[in-house]
Amino acid sequence: METKNIMIVGVGGQGSLLASKLLGKLLTDEGLDVKVSEVHGMSQRGGSVVTYVRYGEKVYSPIIDKGEADFIVSFELLEAARYAHFLKKGGKIIVNTQKIDPMPVITGKEAYPDAAIENLAALGVSVDCEDALTAALEAGSAKAVNIVLMGKLSKYLDIPTEKWISAIRESVKERFIDLNVRAFLIGRGEA
Amino acid sequence: MKKLMLGNEAVARGFLEAGCQVVSSYPGTPSTEITEYAAKYDEIYCEWAPNEKVACEVAFGASLGGARAACCMKHVGLNVAADPLFTMSYTGVNGGLVVVVADDPGMHSSQNEQDSRHYARAAKLPMLEPSDSAEAKEFARLAFSLSEEYDTPVLLRMCTRIAHSQCAVEECEAREQVTREYVKNPQKYIMAPANAIRRHPVVEERCEKLTELAETAAFNKVELAEGAELGIITSGTSYQYVKEVFGDSVSVLKLGLVNPLPKKLIESFAEKVKRLVVVEELDPIIENHCKALGITVEGKSLLPILGEYSQSLIAKAFGMPERASIASPDSIPVRPPVMCAGCPHRGLFYVLQKKKYTVLGDIGCYTLGSAAPLNAIDSVLCMGASVSGLHGFNKARGADAEKKTVAVIGDSTFMHSGMTGLANIAYNGTNSTVIIVDNSITGMTGHQHNPTTGYNIKGNPAGKIDLEALCHALGFKRVRVVDPYDLKATEAAIVEETAIEEPSVIISRRPCALLKTVKAKPQLMVDTEKCRSCKACMKIGCPAISMKEGKAHIDATLCVGCDVCKQLCAFDAIGGEK
Repeated sequence: METKNIMIVGVGGQGSLLASKLLGKLLTDEGLDVKVSEVHGMSQRGGSVVTYVRYGEKVYSPIIDKGEADFIVSFELLEAARYAHFLKKGGKIIVNTQKIDPMPVITGKEAYPDAAIENLAALGVSVDCEDALTAALEAGSAKAVNIVLMGKLSKYLDIPTEKWISAIRESVKERFIDLNVRAFLIGRGEA
Repeated sequence: MKKLMLGNEAVARGFLEAGCQVVSSYPGTPSTEITEYAAKYDEIYCEWAPNEKVACEVAFGASLGGARAACCMKHVGLNVAADPLFTMSYTGVNGGLVVVVADDPGMHSSQNEQDSRHYARAAKLPMLEPSDSAEAKEFARLAFSLSEEYDTPVLLRMCTRIAHSQCAVEECEAREQVTREYVKNPQKYIMAPANAIRRHPVVEERCEKLTELAETAAFNKVELAEGAELGIITSGTSYQYVKEVFGDSVSVLKLGLVNPLPKKLIESFAEKVKRLVVVEELDPIIENHCKALGITVEGKSLLPILGEYSQSLIAKAFGMPERASIASPDSIPVRPPVMCAGCPHRGLFYVLQKKKYTVLGDIGCYTLGSAAPLNAIDSVLCMGASVSGLHGFNKARGADAEKKTVAVIGDSTFMHSGMTGLANIAYNGTNSTVIIVDNSITGMTGHQHNPTTGYNIKGNPAGKIDLEALCHALGFKRVRVVDPYDLKATEAAIVEETAIEEPSVIISRRPCALLKTVKAKPQLMVDTEKCRSCKACMKIGCPAISMKEGKAHIDATLCVGCDVCKQLCAFDAIGGEK
């Protein structure tokens, strides 16, 4: 199979590392060659963060370049627009509609591009939006936004629910398993 | 069993499998997790040292004592550890000794983009460079056996994309830990001139032997493609980008040992191809080696000396078409890292910029005090430079500058290399004011303990250095502590200490708001009827505060109730829940 590329983008502190850990575990269990690339350090402090997940028969590069992503899962609305050019033709962006103001917007120097998603859709980009924060709160915690979005992503990958759930069980602490399974199922639309 | 591992975790696994007994390191992105993962193995003694020089010397001592030992650091950390490194090359080792250095091409989290391969050449030490996690583990193991076989410290070069990428790693059984006999050997281990002069030829002979090894060893791998005209010499993460672009359609010489470089192997590879290109991030080290051998080669004429590479960058350099992509038509505001809501550094920097101080800054979370809207820092150079630099600045500009200039340095950075600068101020006499921002943890690299926190790498109680007593002992009579959440007290302390004609230290003390032991106070809210939209609360750059419908608004999911914004509101509009 051709190598598939999933990008997870968001704001430092939103839990993208757990999402990529879950994906890595799941895809490895499927017997695929997987590479996951993260950036730690400075970018964690509320900055823009990006994680690459690549899988296939043999994966070389750990990173995804512009025009290469099959999926972009964005944990925040503006970040979807920031990384949209990484999407390949025919790729899909899954967007959490939550807005987190970056510092230039907070200080009033720049405006938040509220219509960014509509503008991308108008260019023919396939966008799937979800209010993942509300869904996560429904599941029991605002912190489960990441797993709600993995549920949403799961609809586009040909991997059965049970395998996702077993990967979740192995990726989170025991006391958070139920919460995250609930969040996943809400995101997948099977709750 | 195969397991997905970060490159850094794989190095730690390699340590375990090699029977490594001692790891001493100082945290630094992208190297930090190596030592954190190693500390999870009960078999390995691990510690955070105050700085990389200490860590390197601890590892040397452990090796001298017969154990396999390692130290890990980021690229600029090797500058600090360079002193022991160069002479360890002369002494050689007893137990295997490995120095891991992690470069940061692209400067994701660093103050420069130096290429640590220069150190391997300069110190005449072998350097291995893995290209993924599986190889990181293999090379960590190999480094220990090479170290003992060739009686040399071995450098293991990581970079951000290897350190922070995961791929499958096969876990193998750990070798038994063996402590070699210690035999006193002054000629080998006392590097006074009479002995050192006899060790230098040993170093040169070792380089020759390692070059011979490099000609034939399996870690330097030739992948010949039938009929291919193009040949690429590469190593590390660049190898992965080359394979991503070309697959098996070009011949590749992948170097696992990047110092010393082979000669015959490169010459024979060059003869088999029509066009030879070196693909290496940062400096043209392999390229210049080829040129010195008289081989026609391309490298930096095609590819940049700056930043990280990627598959598309390489494809473009070889004239391949760029991939089509769709860009957002909107103008996208940048999202730089910011000080967290409730960060204790915020109040301090607010006061410093309000009173228009010149601030010599340092390395840590508080470097973010340089960002808008605070813009409170004038210079950042390297670990510890704020303290020593302040003394020089004041010597140059005199008594008036002393009253308007301060140094700001974190607790961990102060222990790393601020103490000696402080001693210099006391000794050589400027009326300098040094502010130690003590958030009781090493923040930026992800909450590592340090000698002032009272806990060790495993979170167990450990020796605790008293900062006040230390500053007194270094010759400072004036040492005072303030709470940076209290803006008035902070301002008063800074104004008084800079005015007085005596050197002084202010310890701005408040634990990092992200520490699990720190309990958030009730969130603050804005009374929109009282808010006059003056934006005074926006001057501190708190990510929890924004303007909504013309009035200040506090995001309840971010606010930790630090009260700093409340102190700025002249209209009493900020308070607890109504």
